[in-house]
Amino acid sequence: MEIPDWPVIASGAPPDTPVAVLFANRVVAVTPTARVDNVVVGQRRREAQGRCPDLVVIERDEAREARTFEPVVHALETFTPRIEVVCPGTAGFPTRGPSRYFRGDDALARAVRDHVDAVLEPFGWRGHARVGVADGSFTARRAARQAHSSLVVPADESAAFLAPLPVTVLARPDLADVLRRLGLPTLGDFAALDPADVVARFGADGELAHRLARGLDERPTATTQPPPELRAATELDPPAERVDTAAFVAKSLADELHERLAANGLACTRVLIVAETEHGERLERLWRHEGALSAAAVADRVRWQLDGWLNGSAATRPTAGITTLALVPDEVIAARGRQLGFWGGETASADRAARAVARVQGLLGPDAVQVPEWRGGRGPGERVGLVSAAAVDLTLPRTNVAAPSAGAPWPGHVPTPSPATIHELLVSAEVIDRTGRSVGVSGRCMLTADPAELSVQGGRWLPVEAWAGPWPAEERWWDPEAARRRARFQMVAGGRAVLLALEGSRWWVEATYD
Amino acid sequence: MLAREQVLPVLPALRDLLPGGSLQRGITVSVSGEAATSLALALLAGPSAAGSWVAVVGVPSLGVAAAAELGVSLERLVLVRDPPPASWGAVVAALVGAFDVVLLAPTRRVGMGDARRLAARSRERGSVLVQLERTGARPVLEVDVRLDTRRVEWHGLEHGHGRLRARRMRIEVSGRRRAARSREADMWLSDCKGGVAATVVEPTVAPIDATVTPLSARRVS
Repeated sequence: MEIPDWPVIASGAPPDTPVAVLFANRVVAVTPTARVDNVVVGQRRREAQGRCPDLVVIERDEAREARTFEPVVHALETFTPRIEVVCPGTAGFPTRGPSRYFRGDDALARAVRDHVDAVLEPFGWRGHARVGVADGSFTARRAARQAHSSLVVPADESAAFLAPLPVTVLARPDLADVLRRLGLPTLGDFAALDPADVVARFGADGELAHRLARGLDERPTATTQPPPELRAATELDPPAERVDTAAFVAKSLADELHERLAANGLACTRVLIVAETEHGERLERLWRHEGALSAAAVADRVRWQLDGWLNGSAATRPTAGITTLALVPDEVIAARGRQLGFWGGETASADRAARAVARVQGLLGPDAVQVPEWRGGRGPGERVGLVSAAAVDLTLPRTNVAAPSAGAPWPGHVPTPSPATIHELLVSAEVIDRTGRSVGVSGRCMLTADPAELSVQGGRWLPVEAWAGPWPAEERWWDPEAARRRARFQMVAGGRAVLLALEGSRWWVEATYD
Repeated sequence: MLAREQVLPVLPALRDLLPGGSLQRGITVSVSGEAATSLALALLAGPSAAGSWVAVVGVPSLGVAAAAELGVSLERLVLVRDPPPASWGAVVAALVGAFDVVLLAPTRRVGMGDARRLAARSRERGSVLVQLERTGARPVLEVDVRLDTRRVEWHGLEHGHGRLRARRMRIEVSGRRRAARSREADMWLSDCKGGVAATVVEPTVAPIDATVTPLSARRVS
């Protein structure tokens, strides 16, 4: 069961207003009204606002999303106690029992929708939920994504259902890229490969993806119930009444669990979070994740679960503080391939950086933060340019920041080492020879006299200790408007090393080697 | 429980300058003198090449190509060129924590209260602040390690020919606590190897006069 655009629903916006929820400057969810105006998930704030000027923009609040999802999960619990939440907005459960009770998958799907609709009705989002029923949870999720209201994939037809879907739905961008270039753009093509070949080429993770593509149960065949000593539990004394106290404990608990799993070479894909109060009330929730759950992800989910419980409706709220918190890994896989570092590794630090950048952009405007981009050029300031960080996704690897090939020549460029200070505003200068006359460059690119003294911006005259040049740079000679002819010099005067430029008969300091 | 590394690595040639041979998280370093900008970039290069994100605030004239040549990874470099003085403190505070090293050139209009709060926050979040002191500007932040570049000599440029190839300088280290014993070191910043991979190394040309006064035996464990 999936409720698309849950972040927007959670924010309380009615579906007939144009609202978009943003995270790190990118749209994550929109209302149907905004979608009519072509505001799409993944766009940047400015583009979205450009397409829909009336757009109301809200920052994402994951805690709020989890809290408001709690009543939906509660409604689903009437079908079966073991509800699996993937993330706020998407949940699933095994349907064999409930299906029998409702006499058929279609009837079950309808019943689920009715129950969820009852919760969504007061918000005005009735009818927005989508239900998918299938043999495996991956297939069911794809079915829910495609469904208009509900879609049932008959038993044994999962492979046929999945076949026309593109390989990008596997959520493994590197694998999808390779498959596309090998000429296998759909899941059906991928599934047609021999499993042994897939393992040989793509490894264990590829084998898992292959099973998904074939519509098979994604649980790898060699799992057993994880041993009980992997569970991490703790007592809270005094009982925690507030979410942040419990969340603080949860963080160290999640780290402990992660460490235990890592020590055994395992990673968790489904975790059961159990919270118990002084009065014996118990909330258990299964959380599932596409890949392995990192410690931070588990801690987040504990916070969501507790937030939803402690701050939920009066009917479901516990009557006492939480005394026990336990994390039980429900489904584990051998940790291989997609292991995240303790702090989340590279992507986590890139995420943190992107969030900080977004905050600064919020203070100063989207173009106040810039990132470098390799351009190539002769002048000191031309080789690397700066672009607004709003135009770039910092969390993705960028290929345009490195010099294309370090050894390749760029004729006429100012030699390395490059100057550390490049003056943007004109810094005028004057260069005179021994007799006091201004030094110039002839048409044949020769100095009229040896430079003797340099003065920068009308300041003190400094004796020239060394120099080299002129290095001519003639640009855009074909365009009379834009043509520039200038000569560059390196000069050391009074202990300072500068890069000077002479154009026409004017000298100025282009850069200082400081 | 595993702990995040308490120090950030620096380029090999800079290890002798800093107490403990590395940048301890949370400190404030000030760089001044004729080659201040280049030395500041060289300080950034160590952590950046090791994977840290670095930010530069309020240095609009920074030569980014020079940063790349000294070893700063451009993929993890972010610049806020010119924040208005009123929001300077808020901007740096937002960046501290997510960015392991922040290079800043605070102007006189930054208040003392702001500066102290910033130092406290960077200590708490584990970021290193590198303060670039321009000639004539009064230092704003309280500094743990002070690096002053002196006696800068360029090699390679002659009378009418050649080009700037290598720069030799003397760096005077002072500061408080562990760096309190002032010391000096000679160094080539931009050595004669040139090219995009130019790094700060001990010279291969001629032996340097060893004017490094010995450190006390205490080392960071």
